[in-house]
Amino acid sequence: MVSLRHLGKTFLPGTTNGRMALRDVSLDLASGDFVTIIGSNGAGKSTLLNAVAGVFPVDEGTIIIDGQDVTALPEHGRAAAIGRVFQDPMQGTAGSMSIEENLAMAARRGERRRLARGVTQEDRESFKEYLALLGLGLESRLSDQVKLLSGGQRQALALLMATIKRPKLLLLDEHAAALDPRTAQDILALTDRIVRRYGLTVMMVTHNLRHALTFGNRTVMMHEGEIVLDVGGPERSGMTVADLLERFHATRGERLSDDRILLEV
Amino acid sequence: MISLGALGGALEQGLVYAVMALGVYLTFRVLNFPDLTVDGSFPLGAAVAAKLICGGVDPVVATVVAPALGFVAGATTGVLNTRLRISGLLSGILTMTALYSVNLRIMGRANIPLLRSATVLTTLRGLGVPAGVAAILLFLVSAILLKLVLDVFLRTEFGMALRATGDNEVMIRSLGVNTDSMKIVGLGLSNALVALSGAMVAQYQGFADIGMGIGMVVAGLASVILGGAIIAPISIGMATFGVVAGSVVYRFAVFFALRMGFAPTDLKIVTAALVVIALSGPTIRARLGAERRRAPGHGKSEASRENFPARNH
Repeated sequence: MVSLRHLGKTFLPGTTNGRMALRDVSLDLASGDFVTIIGSNGAGKSTLLNAVAGVFPVDEGTIIIDGQDVTALPEHGRAAAIGRVFQDPMQGTAGSMSIEENLAMAARRGERRRLARGVTQEDRESFKEYLALLGLGLESRLSDQVKLLSGGQRQALALLMATIKRPKLLLLDEHAAALDPRTAQDILALTDRIVRRYGLTVMMVTHNLRHALTFGNRTVMMHEGEIVLDVGGPERSGMTVADLLERFHATRGERLSDDRILLEV
Repeated sequence: MISLGALGGALEQGLVYAVMALGVYLTFRVLNFPDLTVDGSFPLGAAVAAKLICGGVDPVVATVVAPALGFVAGATTGVLNTRLRISGLLSGILTMTALYSVNLRIMGRANIPLLRSATVLTTLRGLGVPAGVAAILLFLVSAILLKLVLDVFLRTEFGMALRATGDNEVMIRSLGVNTDSMKIVGLGLSNALVALSGAMVAQYQGFADIGMGIGMVVAGLASVILGGAIIAPISIGMATFGVVAGSVVYRFAVFFALRMGFAPTDLKIVTAALVVIALSGPTIRARLGAERRRAPGHGKSEASRENFPARNH
């Protein structure tokens, strides 16, 4: 379904601040794969998601989604295939616009915007049904401005918007990290429900190692722009947070010794 | 005593400039883009209409051609900003400056009188509309009609994408909208309205002048701000209605300022001051509020309640 081949990206190349954010990253996702991505700050997790979404062009490699090579397409050109939820609930919704307008814009993701009525009566009926799934009572507040909603409600709406038109790939960039723990739990449970219902293919970045193991069917660890661990199947089912941490430190330790060797030479 | 005719004149002006204010609303409020092209596209509309009318073109046709060129002017600013990555403010200033030369080229001189020419107003009189109400009728219908068209447009799929571009560019891009194109079209439409207003003003006042656009952005902004203060913009319809009402109120304010003895040349500083006060209001209020909170008895600091892992990118 999704194939990332040898992706490379350097920010500010040729300067002293130059940083290789992605180094030869390759990852293949089968249809229905739900990959959780972990790693320390600056490991390249968000960079990877942004590269797939087309926020910036990659220096090397190819990105193929459902058989289509999207590497050269701009962000808005890839949107037909990709649904995204951001860390900041403010980023996934337009606050000055109503709930129904936000959903209507999302329902036309990747389509040409015409001079036709933006929200039809038909839309409203299906939005009501859809919003009722959240159990937040938003179905009776269709014409309310989104800025009146709480962060958790906004993020739930953003999640609905990202999936209302079933995406071939769903990108979640720490979408529960800015919420209080309880709301975060709700958003993650909702994510799981929606993903299962539609059998979506997902890449989810998280800081939380427990979430990384509980959700999805595969876990990838990144470090300094590289994928250093990729576990799934029975190996992953038997894993605990402690195991994951150990693997994490092991990779860092290795790096350290590499550096030492370099210095000695 | 203030004559009814003089008050009627202020109303006429308020309505004809309301079309310009709707254009300013579209960029400043909807697109969230501070567009200074207006000072050039307003006289552009006037110049094009005046030149065409003097050349014997039907005034109705001349009035319709003006906004087309206004669209091109606005779109130019959009291209400078989005494709060439020049800041929004500077893009507008560059187009506005270039338009000064363009407008002089179009007119061939700094001023074209239209007093003895056929205009849309004489056309209306020819249709049997009494001379006294021709202007007010035309400007009222134009302002209301354009307001209604704008309301409908902003609720279409395209219009919603335009609003979202002003509200949250990251989101609407992730939904597949080319925000660069949206800005170019939005700026074009805005300046089309401005040029249309310029074309009508030229015919109304009986001349087109190279300097008639000076301070137009600020006047438009003053109208938009006044409108928002008078009428709560709880919906698009109310917001655009507020813009039209704000423009009328602004022209009445100008009218009374002149009667109070302000020199016409001092009006720009009065208008600028008005906009400064309106825009700084929230900041000043917040600062006053903060000082009050700092007063004795309220000294407890707001300790952070939650400690989520910090992120640095």
